[in-house]
Amino acid sequence: MRKLFTLSAATLLLAACGQTLPASEAPAVEPVVFAAASLNKILPEIEPAANYSFDGSSGLVDQIAGGAPADVFASADKKNMDRAVEEGLIDGEPKMFATNYLVLAVPKGNPAGVTGFDASLDGVKLVVCAEEVPCGAATKKVAEANGLALKPVSEETKVTDVLGKVASGEADAGLVYATDATSSKDVDVFEVPGAKDDPNTYWVAVVKGAKNPEAGRVFADKLAGEWGAQLQDFGFGPPR
Amino acid sequence: MSIPRWAWAPFALAVALLAVPIAGLLIRAPWGRLPDLLASERATDALTLSLATCAVSTALVLIIGTPTALVLARSRGRWTRSVRTLVTVPMVLPPVVAGLALLTTLGRRGLVGQHLSAWGIEIGFTTVAVVLAQTFVALPFLVVSLEGAIRTAGDDYERAASHLGASPTRTFFTVTVPVLAPAIAGGTALAFARALGEFGATLTFAGSLQGVTRTLPLEIYLLREGDTDLSLALAVILLAVAALIVGLSSRLRSAHE
Repeated sequence: MRKLFTLSAATLLLAACGQTLPASEAPAVEPVVFAAASLNKILPEIEPAANYSFDGSSGLVDQIAGGAPADVFASADKKNMDRAVEEGLIDGEPKMFATNYLVLAVPKGNPAGVTGFDASLDGVKLVVCAEEVPCGAATKKVAEANGLALKPVSEETKVTDVLGKVASGEADAGLVYATDATSSKDVDVFEVPGAKDDPNTYWVAVVKGAKNPEAGRVFADKLAGEWGAQLQDFGFGPPR
Repeated sequence: MSIPRWAWAPFALAVALLAVPIAGLLIRAPWGRLPDLLASERATDALTLSLATCAVSTALVLIIGTPTALVLARSRGRWTRSVRTLVTVPMVLPPVVAGLALLTTLGRRGLVGQHLSAWGIEIGFTTVAVVLAQTFVALPFLVVSLEGAIRTAGDDYERAASHLGASPTRTFFTVTVPVLAPAIAGGTALAFARALGEFGATLTFAGSLQGVTRTLPLEIYLLREGDTDLSLALAVILLAVAALIVGLSSRLRSAHE
């Protein structure tokens, strides 16, 4: 039994070490950016001089509401930015900086012989986002628009989890954002009819009470301005 | 044995560290709406699935873990140390790593999974995957606690039994198991509680679908995105079940002693 307690203590310690603090002490003022999971490849590429924390947009709002030290909040949908505004977490007006639309990803080589976003999805292992999260809400919309009743084997909490299951070949198909599909070498992509007409919108804003409001404002302005071209190279659509 | 006076300060700190966050959760929980919230289909599905899968995985842990602990405790040889390390590793593994390990082994393209897949057996996205993930993370808790108990208990009674002509199997069931009953109960409760809280490995390996793979912790994680009240209500239930199990085992144990 004593051994067990020692081990549990070690586990706790390990778990404690695993928690990283987003704000590290750098000499130049780097903004702390809380950004949607789908931005986790492109943002550090465009601007390495910032401290990032990537998660689902809704989880990020909870963290900021709980007092997490964020300077900038970049949301993958309007709903969560609106929620942040309603909860009084935002300083100034949020700006739309990009759009993103759903595509159908299949493992490289398309082993299940999916022919697109159509009846060929019946009976294959389809993974989607749960309705509660932005990509799941978008999935529901495009399925309804195409008159398809999807029967997924799993409804994930994060779009990156959907991509992971498709890329590893565990699932036969999955609905992910175009940018997620672009970032993976292990998937092939089918367009989803109508997805581009009603895209998901990305919003950025400075957080109220930010420790580095100036650095945050500069970051948000650049994201909604001069970084647009790089975002579009990565697969994002322009703001509209 | 008297307790040194200074020990009370870390004791108070430890109790506060563990109890305050739980109290915080309980205070914030939507008590008034609790019955309504828990009657929802999502809640009952998650609770039923969690209890059913944990019952199966705990039974598996008990059946394979008890003999494993016996072998580890009674064997001499260099290999036992390596096996003991191997058996305890899942305890300290981050849950996502456990999930990745299962995925790369039993997934469709995994080491073992690709052969199973050729036979038409696919584990991913099924309730079986949930049970496997739970068993994987819970088994070490029983083995480690039981092995310690077996060593402490010694083997005098077993020796006596075998001198009187009992076979090793008979000795195991009529002497070892009754002597170790409290330790087995304690280890089983720990394993059940660990299985109940299993999250990362399930999420990575089994996916998340209501009634099939979405256990209580996964449902809590997902509901946090939209329905915070239901998520807190389910958290209260998870706490209650875990407390009940652990409390029951310590009562069993003290009744035995």
